[in-house]
Order: sequence, then C-alpha cells, then structure tokens
Amino acid sequence: MTRQEYMKQKRSEEWRDELRRSLKAKERSDRPRVHMTELDPEYRSHQLKEEVNRGLTEEQALFEAARCLDCANPTCVTGCPVEIDIPTFVKNIERGEFLEAAKSLKETSALPAVCGRVCPQEKQCESKCIYIQKMKKEPVAIGYLERFAADYERMSGQISIPEIPERNGIKIAVVGSGPAGLSFAGDMAKRGYDVTVFEALHEIGGVLKYGIPEFRLPNEIVDVEIGVLEKLGVKFMKNCIVGKTISHEDLHAEGFKGIFVASGAGLPNFMNIPGENLIGVMSSNEFLTRVNLMDASNPESDTPVQTGKKVAVIGAGNTAMDSVRTARRLGAERAMIIYRRSEEEMPARVEEVKHAKEEGVEFMTLHNPIQYEGNEKGQVCRMQLQKMELGEADASGRRRPVAIEGATEWIDVDEVIVSVGVSPNPLIPSTFAGLEVTKWGTIVINEETMRTDLPDVYAGGDIVRGGATVILAMGDGRKAAAAMDEALKG
Amino acid sequence: MNKVIEKEYFSPKVVKLVIEAPLIARSRRAGHFVIVKIGEKGERIPLTIADSDIEKGTITLVVQDVGRSSQKICALEAGDYVTDLVGPLGKATHIEKFGTVICAGGGVGVAPMLPIIEAMKKAGNRVISVLAARTKDLIILEEQVAKYSDELIIMTDDGSYGNQGLITNGIEKVIEREKVDLCVTIGPAIMMKFVSLLTQKHNIPTMASLNTIMVDGTGMCGACRITVGGKTKFVCVDGPEFDAHQVDFDEMLLRLRAYN
Repeated sequence: MTRQEYMKQKRSEEWRDELRRSLKAKERSDRPRVHMTELDPEYRSHQLKEEVNRGLTEEQALFEAARCLDCANPTCVTGCPVEIDIPTFVKNIERGEFLEAAKSLKETSALPAVCGRVCPQEKQCESKCIYIQKMKKEPVAIGYLERFAADYERMSGQISIPEIPERNGIKIAVVGSGPAGLSFAGDMAKRGYDVTVFEALHEIGGVLKYGIPEFRLPNEIVDVEIGVLEKLGVKFMKNCIVGKTISHEDLHAEGFKGIFVASGAGLPNFMNIPGENLIGVMSSNEFLTRVNLMDASNPESDTPVQTGKKVAVIGAGNTAMDSVRTARRLGAERAMIIYRRSEEEMPARVEEVKHAKEEGVEFMTLHNPIQYEGNEKGQVCRMQLQKMELGEADASGRRRPVAIEGATEWIDVDEVIVSVGVSPNPLIPSTFAGLEVTKWGTIVINEETMRTDLPDVYAGGDIVRGGATVILAMGDGRKAAAAMDEALKG
Repeated sequence: MNKVIEKEYFSPKVVKLVIEAPLIARSRRAGHFVIVKIGEKGERIPLTIADSDIEKGTITLVVQDVGRSSQKICALEAGDYVTDLVGPLGKATHIEKFGTVICAGGGVGVAPMLPIIEAMKKAGNRVISVLAARTKDLIILEEQVAKYSDELIIMTDDGSYGNQGLITNGIEKVIEREKVDLCVTIGPAIMMKFVSLLTQKHNIPTMASLNTIMVDGTGMCGACRITVGGKTKFVCVDGPEFDAHQVDFDEMLLRLRAYN
C-alpha cells in the first residue's frame, strides 16, 4: 500500500466520514484562525528559559481542528518534508482523541513537539493549505495543532511507543544526534534495525540543544522525544567522534552494515574584517553553546559568558534572532540586528522577527560592519558600519546589497555576535576515504536515495545542504532510512 | 565510563591522572588533546594527552590547579569517574627526522611535550630538551624526559635547580654552540612568545602548541581562534600546533584574558 492509499484508507473510516458531515464546510471556513497566547514582551525579555509561546488550550485546539476541511486530496501533506498525515491527526483532535492524534503524528515524525515549535510552517504545510491556496483565508494552524497533540501526550504521562517489528539484528550507525540523525534513527528502529547514534558532544540533540534557546524550544521537550527513541531501542553513545574516537574502519569491524552521516554544518563563518578577533566578538555558535548547552548564565555553571550592554548581532537568520533575543535576556540594554539587506530579504521566520521587535530589539537594516575597534584590554568597543542600498537581483533572485560610497558610521558596542552562516563540518569528509564533496564542503549524494558514493554510507541534513532547517534535515533522515532499508533488504 | 585508575602528585598543585579511555588510547598520537568536563554544571576544558597505554586502555593527563575547573579535575581520586571525556582532538604532531630538535617545555607544558620528545627521538632525531620552571618543585617528569633526550638542560627562575635563568637562556646556549634544525615549544603563552622571538632571530623553524580558551573543541564555535600568518585559524581543528613565527602571540595573550 502506498502512503497515499494508506491516508485515503484512514480518511474513509466511518468516524471520519461522520465527523466531516457533522459541520457544514461553510461553518468550518467561517471560523477565524486561533491565536496562540504569548508571554508579555516586557516580562519575557528578562526570562531566559520561559517559553514565549504558551500553546493552545483544549478549547482552542478543538475549535481550530474543526476548521480543517479534511480534503480528499490534502495538499498540506505535500508541503511537509516528512509527509505527516495531517488530516488524520487534526481530525483526531477535532473528535477529542488527543492521544490518538499524537500517535498518528509519531508514525512519520520522530520529533513532533519539536517540529510543531520550530518548523517554518508558513513556508511548508500551511502554505499548501486549501484555505490559503484557494480561498484567500488564513490557513489551518497545523503547527499549533501538532504542538498541542504532542504536548498533551507528554503531559498526560501516557506516551505511546510506536510498534516495533521483530528485530532483524542488523547494526546501523548514525553519526550525529541532531534532527537528521534522530529522524533517521527513529525510522530505522521502527523497521527493526539495531541502531546506535554516535554524538561528539556530551548531550544528545545537536542544534536542538546547543543552538535553539529554551524560550523557543525547552530542553525538556527534546529530552522526552529522545526518550521515546530510547524506548524504541535506539542506543546513544555520547562523547564519541566518528573519524576521531572511532574510524570508518572501526565501524566496519564492529559489524555496522549501514552508516548515516548527519554531522551537520557546525563551522561558524566569520567575515574576516579587521578587529574580528577582539575580545567580545564571537560566533553565534559560541554564544548560544555557552548559554544553552553549558547553561553559562546560571551562577552554578562553571562556564562563563560575556554579557554586553550594547550588543550587535550580525545577520538576520533564525540563529541571529535567537542570539539577539538571548543577549537581551542576559541584560543587553541595546540589542541590535545588523543586516546588509532590507527586512523583506531576512531569512528568519516572520514570527521570530516579530517576537524580537516586541522584545525591544533594534533592527539596523542596510548596514554592514566593516571593522571593529577595541580598547587597551583588547575588548571590542565600537564598530564601523557601511550603509548599503539594494541593487540588481542576483542569480538567486534576491536583490544584491551594494555599498553607498562614503556612507559609514561608527556605533558603540561592547559585544558583537557574528551570525552570518555556517559551513559543513569537514571531519567526516576528511576521515572517510573516497567520499566525494563539493567545493562548499557538502557531501555529494544521490538525491533519490541520500546514498554517497561509498555503498554503505548515506548522508543527510546540513552536511549535504549547508545550513538549512530542522525539518528538511528530518526529511532527509526519513528518505535515507527508506532507501537504506530497501538496499539492505536487497 | 572513564574511571580514574591512578593518581600521582608531581607537586602540590600538579597532578598526574591515569584514566580509563580505551578508544582514545588506541587512536591518539603525540600532540592530540581531549576535552574534559567534571560534574553536571562543569565546564569543557582542553587538556593535552601526556601518554597512553593501548594494552591497559588508559590515557594520562597532567593537570595544574589554576582555577575552578582544573581544581575539580585535580580533586579526582583513583576510582572516581570523569563525567565527560572526548577525544582525541586536534591534529597530531608532525614527526619526521629533522636532525637536531630542541624541545622547550615550560611548567606543566612538559607533560604534553613528553610524547613529542619520545616520538622525535624514535624518529632518529638528536633531541635536546630544555625544561624550565619558576622553582625546583615545579620541574616535572625530569626522568622520563631524560630517557628520550640526548641532552637535558634545566632552567629555574630562582636557580634552585639546574641553571638559573629563563628558558630562552637555556635555548640560546645550545644555539650558540651547534646547528639546530627545529624547535618545539609548549608552555605558558608568554614563554612561547619569547622562545619564538629568539628562534626567529636565529632562523630556526619553530612549532608551538597553543593553549587557548575552548568550548566544544571540534571546530564548532571559534572561541579558540587566533591569527596565524594574518589568517584566522581555529586552534582545536587547525592546531593545536602552529608555526610559532606566524602566530600573533600578543592577540592570543589578550584573548586568554577574556574571562579574567
């Protein structure tokens, strides 16, 4: 049975049919989309760990779920990189079967509580909702509902574990425990494989732990989802760097039949401008790792972190928003986003930009740093900005920022966080002999199967894409699992 | 798990720990380091591997108590466990037959220097080791260094042991007397800076093993970045060893004080 046939079959179950008829389509579509409660901006801009979005109440979830028309050909599903059976989980919410909804989500997603929080749904599932596609109305709040179902299950204490077929005894190794690795591990465990995930850091979760702050994604939620994978039989080996602690050959010798490389794009880019190595200038990876993974702002933690009063974050992606909002929460009186293009081109989610603005972050668009100056202690104290304007569109369709000759200004800063992208981690390519990489350092794969030119090695996530999103990484993990399973069954 | 098998005091503030870590013991080479974290709220700090035993599955670390985290490590006793230990990290030392090699180690830097001294000797080099410390009690591993060195010169600031003077005085004596093909130096940044200035004057290629602030140790954050030959490098992945004459030691010294 194909996935589509399976979803059709689910749709034709009696209760679904009844539910569809219980309310007229007009009544469903006349309902306004729900709004999620948020913490007060003034209060939350001083709370490092309290989640900003509060989730939906049961009433809100029931009301919103009924907006979904349960389309015969649900286009929303095509917008989801892991092809969640969206109507089935939404309709389960509508009939009040919240645990059933959560179970349905877990068939295809290893981390529903995470995705419901950090996916850019406005560019994915929700962008393909019939409401927005055909009716010019706000789409069903699929992300909110996904989060609701996952949170409900977690808080109910009745977490379901997907059924596992008989174990086949075939050992599979996963390199990296970020979203791609976790998604792959979950899918392979559900197919009966003996999966071990190797993680270089002392915590499981990759960017979900060291990168995304708790006010957007609480660590506890990530841990619960990792716990589900453990119950599925996935083994985790922390503090183990494939390529350093153990080699590709060691994995072979230990009988691993397939390897999925999901080592991410962890290398921070710098701009190579004067003064960038002054004290107080750091990558967003360093800043966020200190605060999120090492809990540096907690006095009980041994890891220190600098907290500036005048903080500039360079860049305008989600990582930049996470950094600037974190800096604000650590006491920055002035927290600024410095971006060389205009607001329209910002890669961050619209919601993150809105939240940042509400929390008092200043946006200096069409500005680009060209140098930093330090005091006698080598601490950054001011930066020179070049004013920009937008020129012709480049190959990617974005208008290119061009310097306005002679238009520069100096502003005082005591901390600068550089958030201008990341590059693929070269560790695996440099230690797996024969692995082909592009000039950007990403691993070359067959896009259908995620297989590299080494027959037992597959790869996915940022190590093949460069810096991308959580859900694309999860989609890669899913695709690789299906293809590796196919190949191993031979 | 990484159990402490053996503990020995080199001096009241310098401790040698032999730790169970079979995978690291097997894959490490001279010059590699590990990241160690003690306790749930512990900090990740880098320590160079001083020795390893593949048969016993152990690595040896030599730690000087200089602050909160090193104090926690020094307080470990045999039978205790290291909360987190990861490695081997960094690039291994490039070892080949160079000719005459000066190995200049200062203070606790002698410990990570030892495997390099041994490897250099085994590669057929004439090895002259120059060890330096403030005072007699802080000279460590003298016997082991002597074993793999053709000559051993000891310098103390106060003259309480060996010759009185700085490490550079010891090196200079050798340079005046014979041709030196390479100098390797490990120790406090300020010491490495002056060793580098001296050997540069005499055109002797010099490698320094740098000990910067680190967080992950795998190239993820850039906390350890320094300027080498005008370019930014990450010590944890591009190093820890660099051509000392290309390193901006003044910048490194400032960055080391970032959290003081």
